[in-house]
Amino acid sequence: MSDTHETTYAAAVAGAIGDAMRVDPTVFVIGEDVTAGGPFTTTAGLADEFGIERVLDTPISEATICGIAVGAAQSGLRPVLEIMYIDFITLALDQLVNQAAKAHFMSGGQLTVPMVLRTQGGAGHRSGAQHSQSMESWLTHVPGLTVVMPSRAVDAAGLLASAIADPGPVVVVENKTLYFRKETVPVHVEPVPIGKAAILRPGRDVTVVALSRLVHEALAAAEELATEGIEVEVIDPRTLVPLDLETILESVRRTNRLVVAHEAVQHGGFGAEIAAAVQHAGFDDLDAPIERVGAPFQPIPVSPPLEDAYLPGAAEVRAAVLRTLGRSEPG
Amino acid sequence: MEERVGQLKRAGEVHGLIHLSVGQEGVAAAVCGQLRDDDAVYSGHRAHGHALAKGAPLPAVLAELMGRVDGLCKGLGGSMHLVDVEHGLLGATGVVGGNIPMALGSALAARMRGSDAVAVVFFGDGAVQAGQFNESINIATLWKLPVVFVCENNGFAEFSPRSSHTIVERVSDVVAPYDLPRETVDGNELASIWTVFGRMLAAVRAGEGPALLECLTHRLRGHYEGDPDRYREAVSKAEWQEKDPILRLQRQGAADGWLAEGDPAELEAAARAEVDEAVEAARRSPFPDEALAASLVRAGGMS
Repeated sequence: MSDTHETTYAAAVAGAIGDAMRVDPTVFVIGEDVTAGGPFTTTAGLADEFGIERVLDTPISEATICGIAVGAAQSGLRPVLEIMYIDFITLALDQLVNQAAKAHFMSGGQLTVPMVLRTQGGAGHRSGAQHSQSMESWLTHVPGLTVVMPSRAVDAAGLLASAIADPGPVVVVENKTLYFRKETVPVHVEPVPIGKAAILRPGRDVTVVALSRLVHEALAAAEELATEGIEVEVIDPRTLVPLDLETILESVRRTNRLVVAHEAVQHGGFGAEIAAAVQHAGFDDLDAPIERVGAPFQPIPVSPPLEDAYLPGAAEVRAAVLRTLGRSEPG
Repeated sequence: MEERVGQLKRAGEVHGLIHLSVGQEGVAAAVCGQLRDDDAVYSGHRAHGHALAKGAPLPAVLAELMGRVDGLCKGLGGSMHLVDVEHGLLGATGVVGGNIPMALGSALAARMRGSDAVAVVFFGDGAVQAGQFNESINIATLWKLPVVFVCENNGFAEFSPRSSHTIVERVSDVVAPYDLPRETVDGNELASIWTVFGRMLAAVRAGEGPALLECLTHRLRGHYEGDPDRYREAVSKAEWQEKDPILRLQRQGAADGWLAEGDPAELEAAARAEVDEAVEAARRSPFPDEALAASLVRAGGMS
């Protein structure tokens, strides 16, 4: 066992970037307010250690700073670009989708774009419909983009290390409500391989595949269901593209039941892709329809009672698990 | 080359949306002729001339337009996405304006690795109304990046005259509030482009920050091959004899004594033979296979 310490997801992110910058002079940070650490302290301390030549504050020009990252990556650097809120990625999509994702392919393999785009999504801060969204499924629809979505500090650091080392463009979708959870992690975090899911809780009855914040909600639901004799297996895919389908299928072969859960709008969400892939490859293993948990098909409300009602959580995961077992909540 | 590409397009041998640079040859030649292989060039949808001028081999360019595996990009890029890393052509993009920030990125990379290489981005006057142009001018001047913005102002954004998109006639005036050298030249006059660009390049290479060169050109063909082209007045043959950058260079060469009377015909015959040979070679090249395409989705070969 290696030494551990208590840290936060946000500190783990800043630590992983610093570790990469220390060993590779081509790694640099670019984004809005990054020298000040950003609104969530995910780049805190980097400008002090590495200087403003490697931690570049930019104007509010998401399209162009993303393009600068693409060009710099094509010219041999390893930019770590921060788009402050995933909601603002809309402005950078031309560069991300039309340039970064396709450059390697369209150039017949001549170009590589080893860039990381870090961003964060998620509701719960009463930030309203333009600062709370979960848009990861848009990105998973673009061939050429790798998409990772860590739920824990150890994965935030380990996946970021792998993302920075990856030869292609990687989008890291963090979650603002997870940044300041206290977590115990190894002092020296090993890189987490891209494309490898983690089984965070073993269970024989129902498999729950959850993304980002919903991982913690699923673990809470599993804890509660265990006291009722229902053993839930919780899987965090960690990487959405390329998806570790095999780990999910292997679990479903044992449990024969699947729930997919994410905070994003259920309609067109990444859970639909997981459900379709599992029913196709594991149809004979399923004893019940696959259940999905996601947000309703509406913009995110700012009013606290409405936002609370809007957000899927442990209660929704619990209800979905029970549906796969042919039960429903009493009352 | 471009005349032949037009023919091949009509014959179905060249594929997709084809934007020819007939009439705009002077800018590519005068700019790229002064660059090194480690200077990054970004082009747009009208990229054939820039690619050839930057050193991309003509047979590979033609094979690429014909979708063959011996093409510059193994047949996976096509006319609007020519890339030749060896010669510093780092990208041509089909989405107007998207190439401009990438040139800033290559310029930043050059500076961070301590090189005096520069980046040059070609774009049309249509791109100037795109947000990324304005964002890029701001950041390039703010960070004093070694980048030269070269606008080929042919007066038309796709089918529409410049006057229907903006009240600012000169692109060099659009950037007036920024502290950067900016000039407008006759883009059909190779010598003046050469001189002005050469001066800008030296300053940019010396670390003095970005510059913008506006070249007033004329595209002799439609926006793309087969477009309706009913949106503008045709240029008369006699008028074009006056303007054509190649004919003007020939007249200049004759007047200055470095071009003999028979040279132009000889050079043209040689060019035609080179293009003929490249077309034949491309016809012998196979189309890329599906396995190749699948292997290039993610760098490193994972799909």
